[in-house]
Amino acid sequence: MEGLRVGFEIHQQLATRKLFCNCESELREEEPELKILRRLRPTQSELGEIDRAALEEYLKGRCYEYEVPGDVSCLVEMDEEPPHNVNIDAVKAALEVALLLNAQPVDEIHFMRKIVIDGSNTSGFQRTAVIAMDGYVKTAKGKVRIPTICLEEEAARKIREEGSKTVYRLDRLGIPLIEISTSPDITSPEEAREVALKIGEILRATGKVKRGIGTIRQDINVSIAGGARVEIKGVQDLNLIPKIIEKEAERQRKLIEIAQELKRRGVEEVHLEFSPVDVSEIFASTESKLVAKVMKRGGVVLAVKLPGFRGLIGGAKEEPRLGSELAQYARIKAGVGGIFHSDELPSYGISASEVEAVADKLSLSEIDAFVLVAEEREKALKALQAVLERAKLALKGVPEETRVAQSDATTRYMRPLPGAARMYPETDLAPFVVDEKLIAELRASLPELYEEKIARFLKQYNLSQELATQVVKSERAQLFEELVASGASPKLVATTLVSTLRELRREGYAVENIKDERFREMFALVAEQKLAKEAIPEVIKALSRTPERSCEEILAELGLKGFSEADVRGLVRRVIKERAEFVRERGEGAVKPLMGVLMKELRGRVEGRVVMKILEEELRGYLKDGFQG
Amino acid sequence: MYRGEAAKVLGEARVGDRIRVLKGGRSYEGILMPRSELGDDRHVVIKLDNGYNIGVEVSNARVERLAPAEEPYSRAFPEPEFSPEKPEITILGTGGTIASKIDYKTGAVHPSFTAAEIINAVPELADVARVKTKLLFNILSENMTPEHWKKIASEVAKELNGDAYGVVVAHGTDTMSFTASALAFMLKNLTKPVIFVGSQRSSDRPSSDAALNLIAAAKVACSELAEVVVVMHAQSSDTTCAIHRATKVRKMHSSRRDAFKSINALPLGEVGEDVRLFGSYRRRSEGEVYADTRLEERVALFKVYPGVSEELLEYCVDRYKGIVLEGTGLGHVPENLLPAIERAREEGVAVVMTTTTLYGRVDMKVYSTGRRLLNLGVIPGEDMLPEVAYVKLMHVLGITQNYEEVRGLMLRSLAGEITERSLADAFY
Repeated sequence: MEGLRVGFEIHQQLATRKLFCNCESELREEEPELKILRRLRPTQSELGEIDRAALEEYLKGRCYEYEVPGDVSCLVEMDEEPPHNVNIDAVKAALEVALLLNAQPVDEIHFMRKIVIDGSNTSGFQRTAVIAMDGYVKTAKGKVRIPTICLEEEAARKIREEGSKTVYRLDRLGIPLIEISTSPDITSPEEAREVALKIGEILRATGKVKRGIGTIRQDINVSIAGGARVEIKGVQDLNLIPKIIEKEAERQRKLIEIAQELKRRGVEEVHLEFSPVDVSEIFASTESKLVAKVMKRGGVVLAVKLPGFRGLIGGAKEEPRLGSELAQYARIKAGVGGIFHSDELPSYGISASEVEAVADKLSLSEIDAFVLVAEEREKALKALQAVLERAKLALKGVPEETRVAQSDATTRYMRPLPGAARMYPETDLAPFVVDEKLIAELRASLPELYEEKIARFLKQYNLSQELATQVVKSERAQLFEELVASGASPKLVATTLVSTLRELRREGYAVENIKDERFREMFALVAEQKLAKEAIPEVIKALSRTPERSCEEILAELGLKGFSEADVRGLVRRVIKERAEFVRERGEGAVKPLMGVLMKELRGRVEGRVVMKILEEELRGYLKDGFQG
Repeated sequence: MYRGEAAKVLGEARVGDRIRVLKGGRSYEGILMPRSELGDDRHVVIKLDNGYNIGVEVSNARVERLAPAEEPYSRAFPEPEFSPEKPEITILGTGGTIASKIDYKTGAVHPSFTAAEIINAVPELADVARVKTKLLFNILSENMTPEHWKKIASEVAKELNGDAYGVVVAHGTDTMSFTASALAFMLKNLTKPVIFVGSQRSSDRPSSDAALNLIAAAKVACSELAEVVVVMHAQSSDTTCAIHRATKVRKMHSSRRDAFKSINALPLGEVGEDVRLFGSYRRRSEGEVYADTRLEERVALFKVYPGVSEELLEYCVDRYKGIVLEGTGLGHVPENLLPAIERAREEGVAVVMTTTTLYGRVDMKVYSTGRRLLNLGVIPGEDMLPEVAYVKLMHVLGITQNYEEVRGLMLRSLAGEITERSLADAFY
């Protein structure tokens, strides 16, 4: 794609305690009792200037309710106590990531206050610091630069909006977040996916980052030649990245094309005048259910002319189309459900004659288009204003904006790109000196990256490529090595931690609740032959239901208590005796049928090969000279 | 403010200059920032073009000065226009910042104190009153001395006897209750409101409590209350402020917005949209206010605790004219202090008993130690806060040093510092 430039901003939560207090970085689902109500007043700049729009909002009574779950938030999150010293574990984890990304740690870390007054931070600012600079990741196409790596506080979790009040929960506020910003060095959609995957792998290789939904967020910045920087948020699935980028590039290309055509038609901003016309009477007896409903409620149908836009807004099947952009502006800025425009009409029950009547009333020429909104008057006016605002931007091509990704890889308008943030030093914290000793320590114990680790697993543990890869990428890679080191079979541990857990998760068992400690117990029991490997899935199922109980307890409950060798030998002798005639008849050929009988009793408790061995011994002995005693 | 190694490497470069630091093949460019007092002398701090600050270690570093600091901004605000119907109040500045500007370049916080600046920052204030401001001094509240109390008291009396309908005193929170109670004792024939106000979160941050507290204070300054009070957040939420009587209030938390609590009393009222006063209070009236600023500064506040040395108290008896004891429980001291207390009485040093429990009233007739203390002439401080008794004793000793007169004044409530009834709901 010509002139495509893509960059990332990746936010990853760290799996340490919070950045500026000793609270655990955990979320709480139940609504807490303690709630506080706060306001955030825009502050004055050095010129004594205040953001007037923000002040207006404040004076109108914008306020924030903070829900305070007391077990995972304290006075620091409530902005009732200064931040404690920065969490050294979080700093180390972030520096480790920085080193793995080939970045140069700064000599001294200075936290800044980045003004944020949407209420997501109780203080009205987010604490953030550059911890390293000038890193890079390598892809098949070359280096992608990472100019800065920051360590910052996660924002509070938005629960809901209630009119002029926004409700947040403080559990998430203060969780350490590492922010990795790349340069727009990526030139193809596939490379972008590769970069995101690679950075994700590096983050997880440290074992110090949170995993699961919402713990990593990647914003993609996309522009094409002649386009503009568009930031896309909310990308959940990395596999969608190439498609999202392709669609965004296509959207920008289309917008550039439209701008060129508008220019050719001589359309200028002065032509786009806001003069809405009430066309309600044309729709007095409309077939359109939607419009009829609005009118019945006392709403109106307003129209606005878009001179020179005919054919450029795009029919319903055209993708991408300017029509969606106009509709999204109207939706975000005026809260209307949708708009109608002349390129897609007649449709939606609006007849050709109605379209013609509107065109007449607006005295449209052949190249003019119109947009209709059916709503209560105030809202409709606001919506058309938004449409006109967006139409004006169309003259220039691609507006810089923040968009949000949808599951079909398209994006929707969210807001204009935020301007440069206002930042000033966080004077409540001392600078943090990153000395050479600390860096040397971190360098000496850097984790293996996935590729290195997979290669080692192949060799050291003799696992298949597939199994090795899965173990390395799983959350329990460290546990795997530990269990194997204590004597368990690599193949069995790997299969259990990867395949068995995956299958059981698919069946709906909450295997993620099982603590590592339980696996240690489980494999200790296997080693002591108290648990047969065949019984492992049953034990895991039980553990997922009651993760607080020990493996031993589970075993007792399930009746899977292992048989000792003597127990097995006794059973084997009994079975042989009971079938003495059959055994004498078949001789050594009786092994197979007898195994069937025995395993009916022992399956899941004793391993087959153990039973087989004892059976063979006993059978041979019996055939030779009968049982002694 | 750069010292040692860092100052040497910086050479001619000054804070605000654009500089380049070259070090081991790397180069960092940005604006030289001031050094935090918490920092060492081996790093220089620069603001990068992305707005972030970083510290660069200076060993083997070289600094190039690229451009001199830009002129600091300054801007005059137009004089605010007030509605002539609004009452006029005076805001006296003594320290702390009720409004401030941040220089995003250097991180410096500049206080704003002219009426124009304050109205620019807190425009709602103009809906309450016509605001006049006067900066008396700008000191940290921990550095406040009895001399400052006298100055503030005189200025307040002057304003009240002039055009002011009420006075707001902006004060740092650490020792606010000392100054406020000093004024409560000093201002005689008080006919108008005197409001102390401050903030627990500095005004340079969006979450500051300064503006809400200030607006509430202004409202109380226009109310019917003719007392010295402290107006601060009533709870952690930015909803209402509480009005505390100066002689019954104490800062009970080091950092919370609702740190100020009325002790052994209920707040005098609450400020939301309007001022609501409850209970009994002194009402606004006519008449000249007089500041009696006589203070005997040789008064000590002496805390009693297990293991306390009698030498400490002997020293106080030698040096002071009055001693407020913060005794244990109902008002007790260990036996080893008794000789010093006896000597105090002989040498004409007034000794007043209060309690370390803060809540509750002293009662020295219940146990034998208490009875001995009473016999030694120790004056029971009733339910006075130790700090308030300390300020009151200075005030009283400034008026008279006759034991019987001192005793009489200490046992009488002069400014609401002693309550007659111990209310059940005043302990929570």
